[in-house]
Amino acid sequence: MEKYITSSCLISKHSVYKNGEILFANKDAEVNDFLISVYKNFNLNYSRFYKMDRLSKLGWLASEILLKDSFRKEIYRPEDIGLVLSNANSSLDTDQKYMASIHDIPSPALFVYTLPNIVTGEICIRNNFKGENAFFLFNRFNADFIENYVADLLENGIMEACICGWVELLGNEFIAALFLVEKLKGNKAVSLSKEYMEKIFKSKNIDL
Amino acid sequence: MSGVYIVSDNIISPLGLTTAENFAQLKKGVSGIRQYHDSAFADQPFYASLLNYKSSFIPEVDHIYTRFENLLLLSIKDALQNSKVDPRDKKTLLIISSTKGNISLLETEMNNSDLHKRITLSTSAGLVAEYFGFLNQPIVVSNACISGIMAIITGMRLIRYGQYENIVITGADVITKFILSGFQSFQAISPLPCKPFDLDRDGISLGEGAATIILSAKPTQLSGIKVMGGAVTNDANHLSAPSYTGDELGQAITKTLDEAKLTASTIDFISAHGTATVYNDEMEAKAITSAKLQDVLVNSLKGYFGHTLGAAGLIESIISVQSLKEDIVIPTKGFEQMGVTKPLNIHTDLVTGKFKNCLKIGSGFGGCNAAVVFSKD
Repeated sequence: MEKYITSSCLISKHSVYKNGEILFANKDAEVNDFLISVYKNFNLNYSRFYKMDRLSKLGWLASEILLKDSFRKEIYRPEDIGLVLSNANSSLDTDQKYMASIHDIPSPALFVYTLPNIVTGEICIRNNFKGENAFFLFNRFNADFIENYVADLLENGIMEACICGWVELLGNEFIAALFLVEKLKGNKAVSLSKEYMEKIFKSKNIDL
Repeated sequence: MSGVYIVSDNIISPLGLTTAENFAQLKKGVSGIRQYHDSAFADQPFYASLLNYKSSFIPEVDHIYTRFENLLLLSIKDALQNSKVDPRDKKTLLIISSTKGNISLLETEMNNSDLHKRITLSTSAGLVAEYFGFLNQPIVVSNACISGIMAIITGMRLIRYGQYENIVITGADVITKFILSGFQSFQAISPLPCKPFDLDRDGISLGEGAATIILSAKPTQLSGIKVMGGAVTNDANHLSAPSYTGDELGQAITKTLDEAKLTASTIDFISAHGTATVYNDEMEAKAITSAKLQDVLVNSLKGYFGHTLGAAGLIESIISVQSLKEDIVIPTKGFEQMGVTKPLNIHTDLVTGKFKNCLKIGSGFGGCNAAVVFSKD
C-alpha cells in the first residue's frame, strides 16, 4: 500500500521550515539561545524542555513543529505510533559535558543524556507514543535506509504512523529533519520517497 | 516471507573466547564477576566482569584498532569461520550494536575534530566492515541496553523483507570510567556481585564482552534455530526508571508471541533482562505476569556476565539459543530468595528438559523495551 509523508520539519542553519516553507529564523543566535528562541516563537509550553540536553531539545522542538496541526494522534493507538531516528555523532555533545563533570562530581542528570535514544524517549514521553522506537547511526543522513525500512514497518503493520529522520547536534553544528509517515493521504501529503526527504534535508537557508 | 535462521554465533567474555567455552563455564556455575581495586576506574573497590587486556587472553588483531573494535573483529572472525557466509557478497549485511563504542577515547585523547571523527560508531563500523570486505554500508544500532535485541529484530526483518540473505550482527561495549562513574552517580551499582530478582538485590554489576550472531535465510544442516518474531515498545513515562506497571514490556512480549504465532503456553523458558536493580526486576516480573508467563522458567544471566550493555542482548540470546540446542537452562546466579511481588519460576540449579521455544526480553534507558523469540525446529 502507499505510504505518505504528511508533514516535514527542518531545523537547520538557524532556520525552521515546515513542509518546505520557512517559518522562523534567528541567524545570529548562539546555539543555546537559538533553541530557546524557537521554543518561545512557537509558544510551546513544556517545562521539561529546560531539563533536556541540547540534542533532545533540538529533536523535541522539531517533533513539536512537525506534529502541530498536522497529526491526528487520536485516530491511532499509542502502541501503533513509532519513531525511527538517526544521526552521526550519537550523544557526543553531552558525552563531552558529562566527561567534564567526572573530574568534579559525576552528574546523573547529564549521564541520562549520554545515549542517543534519549531524544526518542523525550518525544515518546511528551506525546504518549508507545510503539516501536529505534535509533540508528550513519555517517550521513541515509534517506535510502529510512525510506525502505519505514515503508516496510508500515507495510507489515509494525506501526501505523512513524516519525523518522535525522537529529544531529555537536558543538555549533546542528540539523534536524523529521518526517511524519502515514498510510493516510492528507492534503499536504507527498508519497514517501528518499528523493523528497533529501530535498527537504538540503533546503536552502533564505535570508529573512 | 523467508524463515530466519541462526547459523553461527560467538561470545567473547572473561569466561571464554567462544560460545562453547562460555556455555561450559556457565554449566559449572563460574562467574566472570570479580572485585577490582583500580583507581583508574573508581576511587572505591567495585565488582564487575572485566576482560584482562594485559594478558594474552584477548589477542590483538592490529594496534590500529581500539579495544572495542578489536573485540568486534575477534568475535566476527570466530562466527564467520564456523559459517559459510561470505562478507563480500552483496546480499550480506553487517549490523553493529553498542551503547558507547569508543567513548574511552574521551579519557585519553585530545578533544578536537579529529577525535570527533575517530570516536563515532560509524567510523568503527566502517573499519570493521573494511577488514572483512563487507560490500554494503553497515548499520549501527545504538538504543541503550536493548541495542542487541533490537539489532536481532532489525536483522530478522531485513531478511524477511528479502533485501539480504545473510546478516552478521555483532555488538560490544567496553567498561570505562565514563560508564562506571555514570551508573555510580545513579547509585545503581551493587556493592557486591549482583543478585537478580533476589529480596536483597541492590544494583547491577557491569560487564564487558562482545558477541556475534549470524542470521541467514537458508538454514545449515546443523542449526535449526529460527528467529520467529520480535517487538520494541516505549514506556512513554520516564527516561531512567522503568514503568511502574510493566505494561509496555508486556505489550512487547505479546506482540512478539503474536508475530511468532506462539501462545504463552508454548514458551519453555525466558531469558530476562534481570539487571538486579530494585525497580527493573520488579517491573519485569509484572510484565512477565501480565503476558501470562509467570509459571514459565525464567533466568537472568547478569550474575555470570554482568550487565554488558550493547552486547547484553546478543550474549544472552546466544546462551539461550545454546540452551535450546543442549536442552539445558542455566540457573540464575546470585538469586536466593524471591524478591519481586509477582513471583517467578526461578531456579538455582541447571534445568534439563525438552526446550523448543525461548523468549528473550530487555529494557533500557529512554523507556525502551524489547522482546524476541527463538524456536528450535
